[in-house]
Order: sequence, then C-alpha cells, then structure tokens
Amino acid sequence: MRTIGKRALGLAWVVPALVLVGVFVYFPLAENLGFSTLKWDIYSGSQEYVGFANYTKLVEDPVFWRSLGNNVLYAVVSIVFQVFGALVLAALIEGVRSERWQRLLRAIYFIPSAISLTVAGLLFYFIYEPDLGLLNHLLQAVGLGGLSHSWLGEESTAMPAIIAMSQWQGFGYSTLLFAVAIQRIPREIYQAAALDGTGPVRRFFHVTLPLVREMTGVMSMVTISGAFQVFNEVMVMTSGGPDNSTQVLGTWLYRSGFVRNDFGYAAAIATVIFVVTLGIAVAQLWVARRRRVAW
Amino acid sequence: MVSRIGFLGAVARVFLWAFLLCLAAVVVYPLLWMVLNGFKTNGEIFGNPFSLPSHWSFDSYQKAWNRGVSNYLTTSVLVTVTSTVATVFVSAWAAYGLTRVNIPFSKLTTGVILGGLMLAPSVALVPLVKMFQAMGLYNSFWALLILYTAFRVPFTTFLIRAYMLDLPREVDEAAEMDGCGRWTAFWRIILPMCKPIITSTVLLHILFAWNEYLFAMVFTSGAGVQTLPVGLMSLMSKHGTEFPVVFAGMAIAAFPVVLLFFAGQRYIVKGLADGVGK
Repeated sequence: MRTIGKRALGLAWVVPALVLVGVFVYFPLAENLGFSTLKWDIYSGSQEYVGFANYTKLVEDPVFWRSLGNNVLYAVVSIVFQVFGALVLAALIEGVRSERWQRLLRAIYFIPSAISLTVAGLLFYFIYEPDLGLLNHLLQAVGLGGLSHSWLGEESTAMPAIIAMSQWQGFGYSTLLFAVAIQRIPREIYQAAALDGTGPVRRFFHVTLPLVREMTGVMSMVTISGAFQVFNEVMVMTSGGPDNSTQVLGTWLYRSGFVRNDFGYAAAIATVIFVVTLGIAVAQLWVARRRRVAW
Repeated sequence: MVSRIGFLGAVARVFLWAFLLCLAAVVVYPLLWMVLNGFKTNGEIFGNPFSLPSHWSFDSYQKAWNRGVSNYLTTSVLVTVTSTVATVFVSAWAAYGLTRVNIPFSKLTTGVILGGLMLAPSVALVPLVKMFQAMGLYNSFWALLILYTAFRVPFTTFLIRAYMLDLPREVDEAAEMDGCGRWTAFWRIILPMCKPIITSTVLLHILFAWNEYLFAMVFTSGAGVQTLPVGLMSLMSKHGTEFPVVFAGMAIAAFPVVLLFFAGQRYIVKGLADGVGK
C-alpha cells in the first residue's frame, strides 16, 4: 500500500504538464467538435443546435474549396522547394571544401527562418508593392518592365506571390536539417564510392538520397502539415484578398468566426484542419515505425 | 584525361560558387533593403529603391521606437522570458517523471503529453477564446503566457525526454546512495547534466514566442499587451504612409532573433535536428 502511494506521488512530476496540455490543448479540441454542430453568435451568446448543417454548408461553400485548394498548392510547392530543393542544396553546400564557408552559407540561408513571418510577410508586401517595390523595379531594370504586376492586388498573382515568399522564408530551415542528416552519413561510404570512380551526381543519387530517406520522409510530413496550418503570412500580406483568392483554411476559419461572427462554421473548418493534420501525423508515426536506416 | 576532369571540375566549382552566392544574395538583399529603408526618407523610398540613403539618420528608428515599438518590445520580452521559463521547467519536470521516476501509467502519460505535438493550434482557437473570456484573461499577458507554455510543452518535453533517456542509470543510483531525495537529485544532478538540451530548448522557445502571431493576434488587442508581430501590424495600419518608420520597426523586431541565432547556432541546430530526427 505504501509503495503504491509512493509511486502515485511520482505523478507530481508530470501533473503540471498534464494539466496544461489537458486543459488548453485537448479539452478545446474536443469542445471544438461540439461547437461545430452549433449556430453560434458569440456576441449575443445565442446558441442553437444545428447538427451537421455547418458541414453541409462547408461542402457548398466555394471559398472553402478555394482555401483547401490553396493549402494543397502550398503543400505541393513547398515539397518541391523546401524538401527536394533543400536536399539538393544541402548536398551542393557539402561540395564546398571549406567547412567554415559551409557553416556560413547555411547560417545565411537560415536567417529568414529566424525572423518572424510577420516581418518577412511585411517585407515582401513592400517588395511586391507596385510602385516602390523591389520586384517591379528589378524587372524594369533588366528590361522586363512589361511583366510588372500589382502582385498582391491581382487574383492571378497574389497566391503564387505569397507562396514564393514562404519558400524564401523556409528553405534555409530544411536545408540546415538536411545538412545535419548528410553529415551523419559515415565519410567512408563516400570515399569508397569515389574510389569506385562514382561521380558526384551518381554519389548523390546512390549514396546521399537513400541514406537521408528517413529525414526526407519526416521533412515531407512536417512541410505538408505546415502547409495546412498557414495563417500568418496570408493574414499579413493580403488577409485572404483580393476577392478571397488567397484564403487558406486558417484565414477562412478566422474570418468566418471573428469577422463574420459565425463561430459554429469556424469550428467546422477547424475540424477539417484537425482531421488533415492528424492524418498526416499518424502517417508520420506509421512511417517512423518502419525499419530505420541503422548503422 | 586527368586534366580534362580537372578542367571540368574547376568549371563545376565556379558554377557551384556562383549559384550559392546568388542564393545568398537573394536572401540577404531584401533584409538589407529593409534595414536601409529605415534610414531613407519617404521620397527616397519612392524614388530609386536600389539607392543608398542620402544621409544616415536614426530619425525613423527613433520614431518607430517612440510610436509603440518600445512597448511591443517590452511585452515581447516579458512574454518570451516568462513563457520560456515556464515551458522549460514544466517540460523538464515531466521529462524527469517520465524517464527516471517509476510512475503509474507512464506509457499512457507519455502518449498524452507527446501526443500534443500532433495538434494544430488553430483547431483549438474558437474554444480557447471562449474559455479565456470566461476566465477574464482575454486580452491579457496571462493568455499568451499560458498558451505559449501549454502548446510548447509537448515539443520541449519530447526533446528533454530523449536526452534524459540517454543518461546512465548509475547517476540516479549514486544520487540515492548519497541520500539525495528525488527533488535534490533533479535539481543538483540531472538538470545540470541536461544543460546542452536545455540550452537548445530555451533558444527554440525564444524563437517561437518572439515570432508567434496567431494567438498574439486573436488574444490581444490593447496597446499594453501586444507583442511585436501584432504591434508591427498596428504600426503599419497607423503609420502606413510613413514607410521608413515601418521599415525601421521591422528591422528592430528582426534584429534580436537574428543575433540570437548567430550566437546560439550550434544549440539551435542540435535542437531542431533532434526534434525532427528522433
């Protein structure tokens, strides 16, 4: 009896963490599911049970589909640049002989990831600005002034512009992580491959790529999950405009709830984000369980 | 043959360097432009964007500072420091309990705490607003402190736990032989041994708290409780026509974290790599 009491006392170590996570992470998540079945005006306080009406509304809402499509586009482009692009870049940096330069380059590429998305977003808001922005001036300087746009003001260019800024902001982060993964590969394998007369390109495909597979998998999941949680940069640069063309699930959730006072509907959008991100997390766990590259 | 490969190698090397340096320029130039624009006048900004400021005055930086940036900075520092301390201690306790104390339901507890890693903050947004309004903590410093701690405990615990798992068992036995209680063993022996990973988690949490936007935007509106990311947006909407002031504000917000990254690069990289690699 005493030992049980003593063991239970050990729980004191984990209670603060459990309470915080339970009350502020898990409980709201569960509550959100309930809210998504309500028609709820937070200011008047009126709540009415409407069943799955918010979800039917979701299916019929063109802006919801547009948002989801933008999230998917975000994920695809980010996979190309922040996973595969970053992996190639990390390998290229390894080709630099001086380790000091390797470190410096990686550090420089990482700077945009250290500053906040708000600063990065505002900076690019100005870069894309049609009159004072760097981009249009740069195009004019190289004789391509005809390509000038009001980048964030036009429906066709606004989303690509935001996604491009996001690649600028994030590629250094994944490059850094791939560099760590590549450095964990024993040098002997590269030396052996070089002795066999294998060129650098083949070494990349036959040594580097297979041996950083695990990191590639994790980074893909992290990147996709991040793409479905995008909020900050869109909010800062366009707030979802022009004409909802840059809405993503996060901003549409915010707008539906906090601007249009339709919190039940916002909760339904949150449920979609929950299902998608949880699905990715479960997939990640499943992949991680499979055989790891072991030394 | 050898000389041909040598020649090709040299050409490849030139292209490699050209590419890497161009990319560095693409990263650095916009940031430099931001800092320089803080020194320019409105007219100069609208003139030639590539030109240097005609004279170097800190006027706009001073204006930005006086028009709220100093307040936003204070709030950011306060929220960052308190939430870092809270997160790291709560996580270190939890990691200690999960790895070195024989507690009941330890597997389940581990799963519950680390499972929080999988959950996106935006999903909990609506219920959290209601909860904090009910508690009277909406639009307060406490809201950010609590949320930043609660949502980062899973990640921080994950990192510290992985590190503690690798510490040898003999350490605890030696502590017990010396008659140390659990509490003393944690503070005097285990925690000091975890210094490298604690440093990593502290730096990563600072980067997070300094830059966080979603919660900061939704949970604060008054001037006294706005952190830098949200404050910059207010600065933008209030003084959006005085571009140098906005640029100066952005540069002030970015400077501390860039400095922090260069100072603590080793620990930040280690923390990030362990965070996704394990």
